This record gives sequence, C-alpha cells and structure tokens, in this order.
Amino acid sequence: MLAAWVMSAVAAPDPYPSTYQPLAAAPTLIRNATVLDGTGRRFDGADVLMRDGRIVAVGPDLAADGATVVDAQGRWVTPGLIDVHSHLGVYASPSVDAHQDGNEMTDPVTSGVWAEHGVWPQDPGFQTALAGGVTTLQVLPGSANLIGGRGVTLRNRPATTMQAMKFPGAPHGLKMACGENPKRVYGGMGRAPSTRMGNVAGYRQAFADAQDYRRQNEKYQQELADYESDQSDRRRKGDDAKQVPVPPKRDLRLETLVAAMAGEIQVHVHCYRADEMAIMLDLAREFGFKVAAFHHGVEAYKIADRLAAEGVCGALWADWWGFKLEAYDAIWENLAFVDAPDKGCAIVHSDSEEGIQRLNQEAAKAMVRGQRAGLDIPPERAIRWVTSNAARSLAIDGQVGTLEPGKMADVVMWDRDPFSVYAHAERVYVDGALVYDRAAPAAAPASDFLLGQPAGGAQ
Amino acid sequence: MNRLMTRRALALVLGTVALASTAAPQDLLIRNATVHTVTDRGTLERADVLVRSGRIAAVGTGLAASGATVVEANGRPLTPGLFGGITGLGVVEITLEQSTVDYAPPPVGEGHGSAAESRPEFDVTLAFNPESAVIGVNRADGVTSAMVAPGAQPGAAVVSGQGAVARLDGRADAFAAPSRTLFADLGVGAPAAGVGRAAQFMLLEQAVREAKPTASMRDGDFRLLTPAGREVLARYLNGGRIAFGVDRASDIRQVLAFAQRHGARPVIVGGAQAWQVAGLLAQVKVPVFLDPLVNLPGSFDQLGASLENAARLHRAGVRIAFTYFNDGTHNARKLRQAAGVAVANGLPWEAGLAAITANPAEIFGLGAEQGRIAPGYVADLVLWSGDPLEVTTVAEQVWIDGRPQPTRSRQTELRDRYRPRAP
Repeated sequence: MLAAWVMSAVAAPDPYPSTYQPLAAAPTLIRNATVLDGTGRRFDGADVLMRDGRIVAVGPDLAADGATVVDAQGRWVTPGLIDVHSHLGVYASPSVDAHQDGNEMTDPVTSGVWAEHGVWPQDPGFQTALAGGVTTLQVLPGSANLIGGRGVTLRNRPATTMQAMKFPGAPHGLKMACGENPKRVYGGMGRAPSTRMGNVAGYRQAFADAQDYRRQNEKYQQELADYESDQSDRRRKGDDAKQVPVPPKRDLRLETLVAAMAGEIQVHVHCYRADEMAIMLDLAREFGFKVAAFHHGVEAYKIADRLAAEGVCGALWADWWGFKLEAYDAIWENLAFVDAPDKGCAIVHSDSEEGIQRLNQEAAKAMVRGQRAGLDIPPERAIRWVTSNAARSLAIDGQVGTLEPGKMADVVMWDRDPFSVYAHAERVYVDGALVYDRAAPAAAPASDFLLGQPAGGAQ
Repeated sequence: MNRLMTRRALALVLGTVALASTAAPQDLLIRNATVHTVTDRGTLERADVLVRSGRIAAVGTGLAASGATVVEANGRPLTPGLFGGITGLGVVEITLEQSTVDYAPPPVGEGHGSAAESRPEFDVTLAFNPESAVIGVNRADGVTSAMVAPGAQPGAAVVSGQGAVARLDGRADAFAAPSRTLFADLGVGAPAAGVGRAAQFMLLEQAVREAKPTASMRDGDFRLLTPAGREVLARYLNGGRIAFGVDRASDIRQVLAFAQRHGARPVIVGGAQAWQVAGLLAQVKVPVFLDPLVNLPGSFDQLGASLENAARLHRAGVRIAFTYFNDGTHNARKLRQAAGVAVANGLPWEAGLAAITANPAEIFGLGAEQGRIAPGYVADLVLWSGDPLEVTTVAEQVWIDGRPQPTRSRQTELRDRYRPRAP
C-alpha cells in the first residue's frame, strides 16, 4: 500500500528526466597495466577490455578481437573516480554573487529544493575534475539548512544541459546538516534553530509532518480504492455516481522526506562530531529512514565500529580541520580507522573544486597514515574509498565503481601509481568512450564561459 | 596577561619560558642522509650534516663530532625546515570562533572617523601564541617557520597591517626583525572590494600622501592614517617590503608602478595571472607568492589561472614561493603537496622545494639565515620517510635550531586514544 503510493506520487517518472546518452565507443583493450579493480583486487600486467560501453573482462592476455589496443606498460588503471560530495555547478566558478545557488538560505527545512535545478553545466570545474579522473559525482545543496534539499548524481560528461549529465536511474540524495552551520545561519537571523537542541527539534518536526503527509496520502489512496470498487458496484446497479475523492495538495518538502523514509532517496548527513552522528542515527531509527553516509565526519573514527555495524559510510577528508570547533578533533587516520572494522565503509570526498581534482592524492595521504598506524591498507584497498564505496553510498554500485564485467566502462589510465602527487590521469573513459586525453588537449576549453577569454582559460 | 593569574603562577610560567630559551642546544650529527641543500651544491647523497650550537657547522661526508647526538638517516631525505607560507599560525586557533581569532585589524570607521581609514601600525605579531595547537600539528609535519600575517576582513581597509616570520618551536621571541612586512590587498579579492579597484588605488595614494606629506598639507588633509600609521607607512615607503594581495595581470602592473613611484619593495601574493606578466616581474625582480593549486577562475581576476603558473614564472626567472589559500593556517602542512603538484605540472623538482624553503626566506629578508642546509644557517631540518614533496611521505623528525621537536601533537594524542584494537 505504502510502496504503491510512493511509486505513484513520489517516484513517479522523473519530471526532469535524464537525457544522458553514452557516446558511441569502439571496443578498447588497455594492455599490460597494473589494475586496481575497485573490489579490492590488484592485477599486475593485466588487460582491461571494454565493449559497447561496458567492462567485458580484466585479466592477463585478453584477446583484442578487433578492439583498439592501448599500450599501458608502466601505467595503472582504476575505475573512474566518484565524488559523493561536490558543489560543482551550484557554487560554480567564478564564485560571483550570481553563482551562489547551493544554499536556499531562507528556511531551515527546504527539502523541496533540488540541487539539479541550480546546476550550471558550464562550471569550468567539471572539466578540471574530469582531468583528475572523476567520472561520476553527486552535487549536493550546501549545509546552511537542517534539510537542504535533494542532491543529484551526474555523469561527468560536460554538456549543455543538466539533464544531459544526469546519471540515468540514480536515486536522489537528501542533504541534511548537523551542528554549527544551521544554528549559526538561522540563530544569526534571530530564528530557530539557534542551538543543537533546535536543530534536532527541526528535523523531528519535519519528519513528523512527513509522517502525517504520508498518512493523508495513504488515506486518500484507500478512499480512491474504495471509490473505484464502489463505482463498479453502482454502475452495475445503475446508481448515481459518488463524488470522486480529492487528493491532498502536493507538498514538495514532505514528498522528499516521505521518499527518504521509503528508502527511495539516499540520505547524506553533513555531521562532524561523533556524539551528533549518534543522535542522527537515533533520529533515523525514530522515523524509519537509513543514513547512507555521514559527510565530513571529522570525528567518525571515534565511532568507527558503530558506523560499520549500522552499514553507514563515512565520507571524509584526508586533512581538513580547525576551521570551526566541530572540526577540531581531526586526525590523519580518520579514513583508515573508519575503513578498518569488518564492513567499514570509508569514502574520500572533496566538497571542493580543488579537492575533486585530486581525490587520488587525498586517498594517498590517508592510506599512508593508516599504514603507519599499523593497518594493512594496500592501494587496491584504498582505491575503494574513491570508487566502489562511493558508489555504494549513492546506490549506484550495481553500475559503476568497479571494473567487474558488465559495469559501465568508466576507466582511468594513470601515468603511474595514482597514489602519488606526480600522477596524472592520462586517459579517462566514460561508458567506454575516451572523454579526456592528456596527450591531446582540446583546442578549446570545454566550458563556454572560458571560451574567448583573453587569458586563454589556461587551467 | 590574564588578570586572574596569580603572581605565583606567573612566576612559574615565566620561569619555564626562560629555561626553554636558554637551554644550550645539543650538538647534532645527522649521518648518511640524502641532503637537499637548496644551495648551489644541490643534493648530496650519503652526506652528513653537523650542527653546533643550533647552527649548521658542516655539510659533507665522513663528518665526526665527539659529544654530538648522532642520528643515522639511512639514506632518507633531509631538507631545510619548511616555510608554511603566509598564514595565521599562532594568531588563530579556530577560524569561526571569534574569541580565538586575533589576526584581524580593528574594524574600519571605529578609529578616527573615515570608513576608508587604514591602520598600517596594526601589528599582528603582538598576538602571537607560540603554544597554539595549530602550530604543533603543522610542525610535526615539517613546518618550522611561517609568515604570520594580518588577516584581511571583509569591508576592511586596503592596508591591513604588519606581519613577520615566526620560528615555530614555541619560543617567546619568535619573530625575526628583517622579515617585517606590510600587507595590502587589492582587486576583487580585497576586503575593500566594496569599493572598486580604482577607488582602492586612490585610497592607497592618499595614504601615501599622508605618510609623506607636503608642506602645504593641513591637519584636515590627514583623514586616512593616524600619526602612528603615518610613521609606519613612511618607513615601508622608504625601501620597506609591502606584500600586495593581487591576482589580475593589470593590477600587478599597477602595483609595480605604485611601488616604483613610492620606493617600496613589492611582493606579489596570489598572482593567479602573474604568468601573463612574467617577463616584467623578472625584469624588476619582484617575487610572487602563489598557490599552485589555483587553476580555476575563482573570480574574474583569475581567468588565466593555471596549474603551470609556477613553472612559467620560474622559467621566466621570477622568484616564486608557495602559500596555500584554502586554510593555509591549519593546513600549512599541505604546502609540500602543492609544491608536488607544481612539479607535476612542469616546475623542476629543486625549484619546487626551494619555493617552500629558501625562496620564502629570501623574499622575507632571511635568506642568509634560514631555508638552506649550509654552514652558518640555522639548523631547522626535517628528516623525511621519502620524497618530501610526495603525498605518501611523512616527516619522521623535525629540528629547530638543532633541537628535536615533538613528533606528537594534539592529533597524534587523539589517534592513539581511538586507535582500533588489534583484531
């Protein structure tokens, strides 16, 4: 019953549907590389075969069978990188007043807004992220609000419209925020929330309203069903028609929260402190939703076992800290400690147009600190932090994040071990098509914005 | 000083400080290192560095010293201590907690009247706290000195005040006099961006007139500067060093012309488009502090931002040093990664290391003192687990004035408290 209503009213065909089209791609065989496949395996001297936009096989001595062969001697190959926390397009470069589209800072609960409606596809940051090997990214609203709105998962194929980048079939994200930001923004306006108490009351009231909205819609569905069966009775008997039940007015804010409670939207919570994450986990239980990932989670290492046990990912930085009190307890080993427990899910995220260009380096810094703390984290394990674990938190792990056969052929060929400051993505494939080639820089910048600028949009 | 502190507590604190600063540094011999001297000698394989009384006494092979602490480097790289860039180290603990932020000049309009007033006499070094946990975290990662600069506030004046280079070993007298620098910000990134850049230059010129008044000027003509400010600015205009925060090529040209007109030695800070005027900068020997990670047009002043900025400036003969703009205080330690990125984009490796060691020391007047491994230089040294510009490398031991610095910080304490139990 509930599922039926959710299907009809909330997950109704996406009104802003993806028009993404994979590029036509000839079959490609990357030959003789060190391959980190994203599942935790490493292959030395292995080949990667892509055909029809999909991974066909990874292994030694694959038959080319007519495929274009790319010599990868001395090179490393990984899945395309995935950033679960980006504001590209909603806080686009240049960072002028007109580009402040990431925080609808007019109400603490704006679950009705969608990041995709603020994405400017001409943000030059998409192209620089692609040069860093990022093939999929989630663009989220900012953290000014308790519930900031829906995030969108994009294929990083710069395009003229947002819809042409939208990851087909990927669920929306829901951005929530703990702690200092919402209470600073609204407390500063002299309205709720101005405390962490107010924050939690704000989430609870919003979800309580959503529960009520869900009941109203269930009731309507029941009335409609009764009416319809009644109608056939009356028709048989020749009675007058009864009045058609009227559906409740749509509430875009509450629709989003109902969908989150139904598990159709992935919930991503900006939260720094361990104690606040624990409160958010209780909140999720109170209202029957699941937290996909805590973002920033500077103190996630303090509750690593609990996060692992509850199947919640930590989307984290390697080294950001100290810009506010809730970010004071950072340690280098945060990612490694969150990764350590059985079923631990550590993700390197950027939240930055700079960081997204070098997720591999951020992972490298965290990997080595974990190693030095005595944890066994080889590169084939750490690469999961920017590939398969990220895909899992976005619920797109069936399609991307590893080089398993059948997955979308999002592939990066690095000129050396990617866990190096000197590494460059040499070739980036999306759906098996070469979309970035360091050896053949495009004659013109991908972004219209940089076109014809006197300085040449150098990057 | 805290009014609540008892006389006894005060005596204890002062006693401790005195003890720390007068303890004789132990002589030190680091053996068998890959020594990156950042001098003409370049990199010396399997070399020894001898430290006496806090200074480097000798660099060579087969050195011996009786009574010195011997550290076996096993071929690991040894570099000069890193320069953390232009930071708020010691003057900010938590950026968004105003009670812990001491780098901001007084708000404009609250002094003697004009909203355009500047306070060149503002001296951020007076607020320096050598015990800041932020310093400890960065020092454990190889940062041994940094420029402590006034922080420009939105809506503040063009001239934000003075800073200087601090040594980061907890000493009370952390600042070197020759490094004192006046800071000014121009362009769209400037705190005075509320007024356009023509007005910013106008205000700057007016401040100069007040600092170097003509006989015909009367009391009412002094509207921007206090008497102390006039004195300070006059000093900097008499061959002093002024760091101009500026990105756009045309603004850099204006800054160079301004400095030439008024007798100041400029340093460009930011310089996203500096590569476009590289020839001119080289010709007038003006150095650039840049962030190698800036490659997007964050503003209309940065349309030409490029990962190759550092490489192009270096190739043209401009002296470059690095600073990290996205929280270069808490993450001053990230500078060596930024240097690595510059190297990955065309800068010679040696130039990348120089940009976070010898070059910033040179730019701030300390080039004969720090930033190199050579006899006579202070023994600020870092022994690394590998290539110091590499992200998988960590600092294994840090020395300042030849004294080993703590490898522990607030962050390592937290790490050890929450370290996962062995499975």
